[in-house]
Amino acid sequence: MSSEILLEGKSLVKYFPHGSKGIFGKSDGFVQAVDGVNLVLRKGQTLGIVGESGCGKSTLARVLTRLIEPTSGNIILDGRDITKVSGKELQSLRRDIQMIFQDPFSSLNPRHSVGEIIASPMRIQNIVPKGNEKLRVQELMELVGLNPEHYNRYPHEFSGGQRQRIGIARALALNPKVIVADEPVSALDVSIQAQILNLLEQLQHDLGLSYVFIAHDLSVVRHIADEVAVMYLGKVVEIARPEVLYSAPAHPYTKALLSAVPSATPRASHMHSRIVLQGDVPSPINPPVGCRFAARCWKAQDICVAQEPALGSQSFTSQPEEGLVACHFPENSN
Amino acid sequence: MEKVPLLSVENLNVEFSTPDGVVHAVNNVSFAVESGETLGIVGESGSGKSVTASSILKLNSGVTAKTQGAILFNGRDVLGADDKTIRSIRGSEIAMIFQDPLSALNPYYTIGNQIIEAYRVHHRDVKKSAARKIALEMLHRVGIPNPEARIDEYPHQFSGGMRQRIVIATALINSPKLLIADEPTTALDVTVQAQILDLMKDIQKENGMAIILITHDLGVVAETCDDVAVMYGGRIVEKATVNELFLTPTHPYSFGLLGAVRSLDNSARGELQTIAGSPPSLLHLPSGCSFLPRCGYAQQNLAQCSSVVPELEKVSPTESFSACHLRTEALISLKMKELA
Amino acid sequence: MTTFIARRILFALVLLAAVSLFTYLLFALLPTDPAALTCGKNCKPELIAANRVRLGYDKPIYEQYWQFIKGIFAGRTYGSGDIAFTCPAPSLGYSFNQHECVSTLIGKTFPVTAFLSLGAFILWMLLGVGTGTFAALHRGKWQDRLTSVVTSIGVSLPTFYVGLLVLFSVVIWLQWLPFPHYASPTENLHDFLTAMILPWITLAVLSAASYTRLTRNGVLEAMNEDFVRFGVAKGLKNRTVIRRYVLRAALIPIVTIAGLDFAALLGGAIVTESVFSLPGMGRLAIRSVTDSDLPVLVGTTLVAAVFIVMANTIVDIVYGVLDPRVRVK
Ligand SMILES: Nc1ncnc2c1ncn2[C@@H]1O[C@H](COP(=O)(O)OP(=O)(O)O)[C@@H](O)[C@H]1O
Ligand SMILES: Nc1ncnc2c1ncn2[C@@H]1O[C@H](COP(=O)(O)OP(=O)(O)O)[C@@H](O)[C@H]1O
Ligand code: SF4
Ligand SMILES: [Mg+2]
Ligand SMILES: [Mg+2]
Repeated sequence: MSSEILLEGKSLVKYFPHGSKGIFGKSDGFVQAVDGVNLVLRKGQTLGIVGESGCGKSTLARVLTRLIEPTSGNIILDGRDITKVSGKELQSLRRDIQMIFQDPFSSLNPRHSVGEIIASPMRIQNIVPKGNEKLRVQELMELVGLNPEHYNRYPHEFSGGQRQRIGIARALALNPKVIVADEPVSALDVSIQAQILNLLEQLQHDLGLSYVFIAHDLSVVRHIADEVAVMYLGKVVEIARPEVLYSAPAHPYTKALLSAVPSATPRASHMHSRIVLQGDVPSPINPPVGCRFAARCWKAQDICVAQEPALGSQSFTSQPEEGLVACHFPENSN
Repeated sequence: MEKVPLLSVENLNVEFSTPDGVVHAVNNVSFAVESGETLGIVGESGSGKSVTASSILKLNSGVTAKTQGAILFNGRDVLGADDKTIRSIRGSEIAMIFQDPLSALNPYYTIGNQIIEAYRVHHRDVKKSAARKIALEMLHRVGIPNPEARIDEYPHQFSGGMRQRIVIATALINSPKLLIADEPTTALDVTVQAQILDLMKDIQKENGMAIILITHDLGVVAETCDDVAVMYGGRIVEKATVNELFLTPTHPYSFGLLGAVRSLDNSARGELQTIAGSPPSLLHLPSGCSFLPRCGYAQQNLAQCSSVVPELEKVSPTESFSACHLRTEALISLKMKELA
Repeated sequence: MTTFIARRILFALVLLAAVSLFTYLLFALLPTDPAALTCGKNCKPELIAANRVRLGYDKPIYEQYWQFIKGIFAGRTYGSGDIAFTCPAPSLGYSFNQHECVSTLIGKTFPVTAFLSLGAFILWMLLGVGTGTFAALHRGKWQDRLTSVVTSIGVSLPTFYVGLLVLFSVVIWLQWLPFPHYASPTENLHDFLTAMILPWITLAVLSAASYTRLTRNGVLEAMNEDFVRFGVAKGLKNRTVIRRYVLRAALIPIVTIAGLDFAALLGGAIVTESVFSLPGMGRLAIRSVTDSDLPVLVGTTLVAAVFIVMANTIVDIVYGVLDPRVRVK
């Protein structure tokens, strides 16, 4: 399967100073939003990232797109280290990596027409001569299933799903190689979600795009991803192909997450015994030293609290295809 | 012998006058809820679920809102009730919780104060210290660890899931007969959602209250509800028991919705089933069926579909009610084949 | 909470030090010779030189600043021997034009400004918050529309225009009140009130208009909050909901703005004081500019800055008291 690696994150770390940062206010620690994440995105493929809110997905997305600089680690795009690029180079990098945001309501400037919004990346980059701009924008609108005649309308005249299409058109404007989509369908109704997912797949097929696709909804990711990474408290705890991950989750957290999704079959809960996790996700400010999931894990032993499990292939299998898991006692390993 | 339902809503209509025109948010909605039962109201955002729910407590007042119809709670008229009567029902017999636990609690008062306040509005003669004991018990019941230490904290000191538990504690402090939960878990993560839904089910088992659960998630409906009303464009388009809705849906919209959800749940990759187009504007409802522009079955009956609003009627051989002009058995089996 | 307050106050002190330095330097670096400003046009060079030494303008700037700061805490004596004169702490300098210590000048004018500001502030808050709440509760009805017309006129009028209009109509035309002649309230309460009432109204009406708007919008926004709906759903009385839920949320942002506006007034309600010829700090400051009275200018500027910094600090602390989310754990 292995096509060429397009985007790679190596040991990515992002800490935010926590607490008041006034002249005399001491920072009382760091929010360890992303803590040592390794990722690989291959050409023409989709890497899914799932996890509960606050686990660091958006931060990771912003690091990968270089909207913020990582505290440490490296980002490699097409064989080139882009961790430290700045100025002009960073600007031209924006052509290759674009982002789509979750909220189709706040991510579009309400005072700009759709045409202006979609054209804005081209204007910033000075790419399309004035005369052709409208043509290109209308082409993009058509591509994402919007009526090109609505070029002069304003965002509030569109429904949520249509606004997300506007966001997608804007992301496509510069012919990027990679699109990082941060929960692009989370704010949409199911029937509209499906429309957007179909569109994204179609575009990937037609334009050869590669996606990093973030969601907190497991079923959404399953449909679009070639590989899925599960995050918990700033770390990737499991990464595998969806066929494997969804049928035989190896990490207890993945298992709990999967079992928590309500199934649209009446009283299915009687058939599968649900794992209801106790308590809350611990604070990312002073996360637990051992396994970050240990406090809520029903399999935890002393070693889990004492020693952090590394992300590695399961001991019982020699096939790397099976995926990686960070757990001392992974499922299916007896 | 006809049993009187705990709550019955009959021909409810709610309009809002806005600068853009009249929004027909709720149109001719009727349903009933029995004690100990959970009624689900599902539908896409903007389909009128929240407005319907708020009407039950007369929360849609204001100059712009016009509410018509009848709402009977325990045989008593709610819509016609005066301010004092409705206040005595709110929070004591019918409680309501809202979608966003992060904003449902008053940020300026401790959670204890808010629960005690909710109790004492309806128990004026109970002392604060006694009410505090009751609040502590309730916090304990909804699973707040160490309530004695936390009762004097402010909402922002709790996580989203904890806050929704506190909201539930506040709503249930007077042992209401009916709990209206407007998307109580939509803003929460799945793992927390599972906790909250479990909690609500447990409490219902204990005290036999009725629940109206509003959601846009069919998965949540499947796991928690007994009956379901599917709303579209401010109308109920299908009313059924949960089993029937999922096994033998009778309205084309329910079909689309189930199809979309199932193809998402389905493990196979490939094109997802969608409902083309987008929901209607409640400013300009079409003259016939409001689902018409998105409906794949309308051609067979176009004249009727485009001119007459379909009534909610029983669809034999099922026990479901559907608001669709096409309700022959043949069509049902046709749809069922497609779904299978 | 205590550490929060302590930290705020510490921060305010640092800020004050910085502000004083900045203000002092700003005026000290002006290209004019401060000593030359101490006496009239045909002043003898010897006198200028003598004054320069007396006032310490011959010293390097950091030395001057140090003397100035020391003066604030310990008082300051200018010159020596028979012709020495002393400004007791807090000394802010000595005005040759008026032959007075700056602190004395400010001390005399400050009460006028303080009374003016306080009265106007109370009046406008009552009026603004009251009308704003009233309008919000009658949203869309004629009461609301009337309020919005009146306030939009109110916010667009300049102070001097309203001041002159009020003065002209009430005093000169209708002759309901004598021409204002300020007296301190302990001396002559009647004169004090007749002199103050028009400036109070002038200032209050103008600010009340914008506070009406702020309050109305704040209340309407708060009424859309989920927790307000939840409050209603609990069965609380409307009055209780408005008081405990809506106003609390709506007024917190207003506190911030009100505190700063009040401080700005204390720093000198320049236009109003001039129109109604009140002997307040604003007029003192204006006069020091026209008279090139540098020490007074530095003094009044500094005092105004102190008020702003203090107001900011108090507002921050009050904000922390009102909104638990702001407090540092
Ligand atoms: N700019 C920031 N400053 C401080 N903390 C932040 C910042 N951005 C995110 N965080 C924190 O980092 C953690 C991860 O956040 P985020 O990446 O947004 O998670 P997700 O997208 O998975 O919900 C959270 O605890 C969040 O509060
Ligand atoms: N106060 C109001 N004024 C005007 N329109 C309103 C008001 N409240 C709700 N609506 C409109 O009524 C419709 C139904 O809303 P709602 O019941 O909140 O939908 P749902 O809860 O199903 O998402 C929406 O189109 C909404 O814009
Ligand atoms: S390492 Fe231990 S605590 Fe962590 S998930 Fe695995 S079994 Fe649970
Ligand atoms: Mg996020
Ligand atoms: Mg709603």
